[in-house]
Amino acid sequence: MTTTIRLQREAFDVAAEVERMTRGRTDVGAVVTFTGLCRANENGQPIAALTLEHYPGMAEAEIARHVEEASVRWPLMGVTVVHRYGRIEPGEVIVLVAAASSHREAAFAAASFLMDYLKTRAPFWKQVEAAGGTTWVEAKAIDNAAAERWSSPPPRREAAK
Amino acid sequence: MRLLYFAWVRERIGKTEEHVDPPAGVGTVADLMAWLAKRDEQYAYAFENAKVIRAAIDHRHVRPDAAIAGAGEIAFFPPMTGG
Repeated sequence: MTTTIRLQREAFDVAAEVERMTRGRTDVGAVVTFTGLCRANENGQPIAALTLEHYPGMAEAEIARHVEEASVRWPLMGVTVVHRYGRIEPGEVIVLVAAASSHREAAFAAASFLMDYLKTRAPFWKQVEAAGGTTWVEAKAIDNAAAERWSSPPPRREAAK
Repeated sequence: MRLLYFAWVRERIGKTEEHVDPPAGVGTVADLMAWLAKRDEQYAYAFENAKVIRAAIDHRHVRPDAAIAGAGEIAFFPPMTGG
């Protein structure tokens, strides 16, 4: 499996990252690419920017642990996770999660799984910069619920009829 | 042991990190938070709602009942908002 996990301050080229993951491979049949962007509003209020704080060392380790888990759960040929930190303005990409497999089920599931865990277990904290000042974004129950749905074993698939 | 603080925990305490030497009775993460909370009003404010504070020992998430013996680095932070 071709794995790339990177944290960085600078913006990056999504297409180039995805191309690098599958370059030269003829066995990949499905690539699912998720990009998370900075919106221009948070809770109905316009914002100037997001600033992401992170825990260097643990963020990489935690992402790597979940990429490893994804590779055990699904037959993957490639995973790329790139996550920015620092000041990010509306419209900019914050995070990329891409998964490659021979068929689409594994690629969709792995990308979804990794995003649900990134939202709840990767040590990053967002701060909103708006007209009224700077405030910390609060973790959302919906994200915890999304992560929890991966805790039970996947449903048994019926044999094809 | 080295302690690290992030996000509003860091802001309330006023430090990004420090070294501490807790006494023998402080055995778990929960004990450590309670011990830190007694230091001054800033620490008390940071840990006033201990249930909301998350912890990691040596880069791994741990529960409040985790033992701190042998830990190199313990971090305290609010629920995460990455992704």
